[in-house]
Amino acid sequence: MKVELRGITKRFPGVVACKGVDLTVESGEVHALLGENGAGKSTLMNILFGLYRADEGEVCLDGEPFDCRSPAQAIAAGIGMVHQHFMLVPVFTVAENVMLGVEPTGPLGRLDRVEARRRVEELSDRYGLAVDPDAVIEDLPVGVQQRVEILKALYRDARCLILDEPTAVLTPHEIDELMAIIRQLADGGRSVIFISHKLREALGIADRITVLRGGEVVGHTTPAETDEQALAAMMVGRDVQLVVDKAPARPGEPVLEVDGLVVSDDRGHRAVDGVSLTVRAGEILAIAGVQGNGQSELVEAICGLRPVDAGAVRLDGRDVTGHDPRAMFRAGLAHVPEDRQRDGLIGSLPVADNLVLNQLDRRPFSRRSVINRREVRRHAARLVEEFDVRTPSIDTPVGNLSGGNQQKVIIAREFFHADRLLVLSQPTRGLDVGSIQYIHRQIVAKRDEGVAVLLNSSELDEVLALADRIAVVYRGRVVGVLDREEANRERLGLLMAGAVEEAAAVEATGEEEVTVT
Amino acid sequence: MPTTLTEPLAPSREADLVAERSAARRRVGFGVATALLGLVAMLAFGIGSESGLDAVFVLSRSSDAVQIPDVTVPARATGLVLGVVVAALGALLVTGVVRRRTFLVFGVGLALFVVALLAWAARGDDISIIGLLDGTLFRATPLALGAFAGLLCERAGVVNIAIEGMLLAGAFVAALTASAAGTPWVGLVCGMAAGVLLGAFLGVMAITYRVDQIIGGTVINIFSLGLTSYLGTQVLARYTDLNDPGAFRAFGIPGLERLPLVGPLLFHNTIYVFLVFVLTAALWWGLFRTRWGLRVRSVGEHPRAADTVGIDVLRTRYRSVMLGGAVAGLGGTWFTLDATGGFNENMTAGKGFIALAALIFGRWHPVGALVAALVFAFSEELQTRLALLDTPIPSDFLLMTPYVVTIVVVAGVVGRSRAPAADGQPYVVE
Ligand SMILES: Nc1ncnc2c1ncn2[C@@H]1O[C@H](COP(=O)(O)OP(=O)(O)OP(=O)(O)O)[C@@H](O)[C@H]1O
Ligand SMILES: [Mg+2]
Repeated sequence: MKVELRGITKRFPGVVACKGVDLTVESGEVHALLGENGAGKSTLMNILFGLYRADEGEVCLDGEPFDCRSPAQAIAAGIGMVHQHFMLVPVFTVAENVMLGVEPTGPLGRLDRVEARRRVEELSDRYGLAVDPDAVIEDLPVGVQQRVEILKALYRDARCLILDEPTAVLTPHEIDELMAIIRQLADGGRSVIFISHKLREALGIADRITVLRGGEVVGHTTPAETDEQALAAMMVGRDVQLVVDKAPARPGEPVLEVDGLVVSDDRGHRAVDGVSLTVRAGEILAIAGVQGNGQSELVEAICGLRPVDAGAVRLDGRDVTGHDPRAMFRAGLAHVPEDRQRDGLIGSLPVADNLVLNQLDRRPFSRRSVINRREVRRHAARLVEEFDVRTPSIDTPVGNLSGGNQQKVIIAREFFHADRLLVLSQPTRGLDVGSIQYIHRQIVAKRDEGVAVLLNSSELDEVLALADRIAVVYRGRVVGVLDREEANRERLGLLMAGAVEEAAAVEATGEEEVTVT
Repeated sequence: MPTTLTEPLAPSREADLVAERSAARRRVGFGVATALLGLVAMLAFGIGSESGLDAVFVLSRSSDAVQIPDVTVPARATGLVLGVVVAALGALLVTGVVRRRTFLVFGVGLALFVVALLAWAARGDDISIIGLLDGTLFRATPLALGAFAGLLCERAGVVNIAIEGMLLAGAFVAALTASAAGTPWVGLVCGMAAGVLLGAFLGVMAITYRVDQIIGGTVINIFSLGLTSYLGTQVLARYTDLNDPGAFRAFGIPGLERLPLVGPLLFHNTIYVFLVFVLTAALWWGLFRTRWGLRVRSVGEHPRAADTVGIDVLRTRYRSVMLGGAVAGLGGTWFTLDATGGFNENMTAGKGFIALAALIFGRWHPVGALVAALVFAFSEELQTRLALLDTPIPSDFLLMTPYVVTIVVVAGVVGRSRAPAADGQPYVVE
């Protein structure tokens, strides 16, 4: 399906998210939409999908003007969208999620589950999606959940598929699979709009690329005409250095010591299975692993967000096992959580308040329990400036910021008070290249100040760019700790996939393995 | 130094133990409770009881088609034997011989304990088991209907603590309209309509204006109590013929009502008991087998997801809340058209809140809610019967039983029961 957006303008209080955007996507084409955080990509797509109404401009599908007022209309017109945050009901099965809204029914509205299952299986086979229609969503890895989202769109016979940052939560292997699926869909004549911050992916999959900046189209290009460096410059409007400069680490005394930690996940299954780690002052230890191998639970347990079943956590030599987050905060922990919408921010509160959320009881932000608004605002203005948070004002509810800018708010807050231990979970997920570069520099700067940094990232590039040492986890256990020099993509990839290296027979879960100094 | 490595990943024993620990804690807890029940039965109903007295369990009424002979048991021996059995069940749990189905074993222990208690209470006398069960079903009716009302609302994501107020309004309106019209059927329909109105009111507050749902529900409860009390004293008390609704009569299902025991118990009742059974099945089928149910549940679990596939979240919620209101109103009419034959001030006396507990204990499932309503109703009924039998147990303790049962039962399922994910969360359409 040919999709044309003409002169789309959308204003929010204080910002113009899209300014006269023109975008044409031919049928059978994969069109990458790139842009900084807050450039207006999601807004533009939400307009196409009928979630927002454009203030100006029009949408044409196959040449026909199309006035879209609701997702239901967009779906009926053949537009499918896979949202940045999945729109699946966790307790429903795959088939139930896929058919929701367009259920095949028998008499009295009885669900025809047999028919639904048959169609899901058929589509799943045709596009090689390998999804079990009877699996319950919450039991599935994110990669499969995403395929369910795609199935949902195909089930409704979407002829234009919008994918908003589909790869942010996928493993390298899952990304490859997704790319193959996208290609197949485009070859079948569907048009695909692909949003990503990973330039390499966009260059790899797109037929054409459109770059947005500040709500305006700044250029169209094709992968043949450009490269990562040029694209980055086009997005950000200045030259971006894609590698981080960093001096060798000078590790000091151990700050965080984790000893034989055992932690269960939400469903009571053991997620962390006897992990031991040490992070020293002035070094960055990265935890690498395919998502869902216990990293999240490990980090949550360290930060006091999840009960510890066995083992110990020590901070500066003091036993802090089972401390609540408040106590961990006092003991010197700064934490950037993985799920920013759930754990890191209060969406309805202004940016300024979110920037001091956990420091409100401290001077200078409050005195004798009375908040000093002036100081809070001054502080917020400074951090917003320093971390380049794109927000209309510091009084805007943080939930209205774009995904990437929400992340920057948390980073700014936590970096401000990090002086002993900084725990980062997927710190640059959803950030644009410019912001990634800035945050990477800040992480290295924190390290050089002597802060111990624990980095949990499923992004191999990020791990390789930042880490001084890398602990690879697989099925809740540390299967290897590598020095940065001995690590490369292949070796990490193998370890992450559970391949066991043959060498000195050292028990991997013991403290003795951490011999790298 | 070369890299570190690992041996093939064997699951660690220590973690296995950890995973079992919480299950074990639960098991031992219930085991100790069961063993204590057994000890009480042995000591109080067995050893402590006078010897030589028999207890007679009456299983049918003279009016029943099939007469089942009474069961006579020696009270002391029954207490002793059942006490030993219950204590043994407890021991099996504590020692870990039985590791699975902890709650079921506890339930069996509790049931046997109740039998021992009945035998002891009726020693030298008789007790009508059929009356006990019949009374249970009778008392369970408003609880089940209230729980179904809550179920309909909460499955769609609206917390309904206004069940109490809806019951009361249904009761009042039914009394008034049935008296005026001279037939309880009119009362039934008007009582449901009153529930629908209150449901719509809750909807306006909770769905459109996104008032905190607990506060919105409380508003309805207070409003309903105040208004019905006022009108009750001002109008019904003065014009007593407006508070003379006449009651629904019990009737039997031909054929089925002649079955022994279950016939008179289940198949000879007023319309309400039959409605409870029909609604249980209909709700189960509707919620889990139809398009309507799938959409209602999606709206209660993940409204944004429902919205993005074109389901009108707000309308679905309105419809569910109003339907819930209708069911609650129906439950309310039971008070005036079945139970008492007239309206009294605050006659629902907190039943709406017990219904809410039944909904939670029943895990937001129609069958579960029915079972929970029966459990609560049984403990209420048992308490009144024991009070009549003139046992030496202080009446305060007897009055406590329904609540103790509620607490134990809720404690037993806590952690396993999961509310709809978006329960109580208003939805903002973008
Ligand atoms: N509901 C809203 N209310 C107010 N402002 C909004 C709203 N949604 C988005 N915005 C603003 O519109 C701008 C564009 O946001 P959008 O989410 O489209 O960015 P994006 O390109 O998707 O960024 P990211 O890569 O970070 O996801 C941002 O400045 C954001 O703050
Ligand atoms: Mg976005």
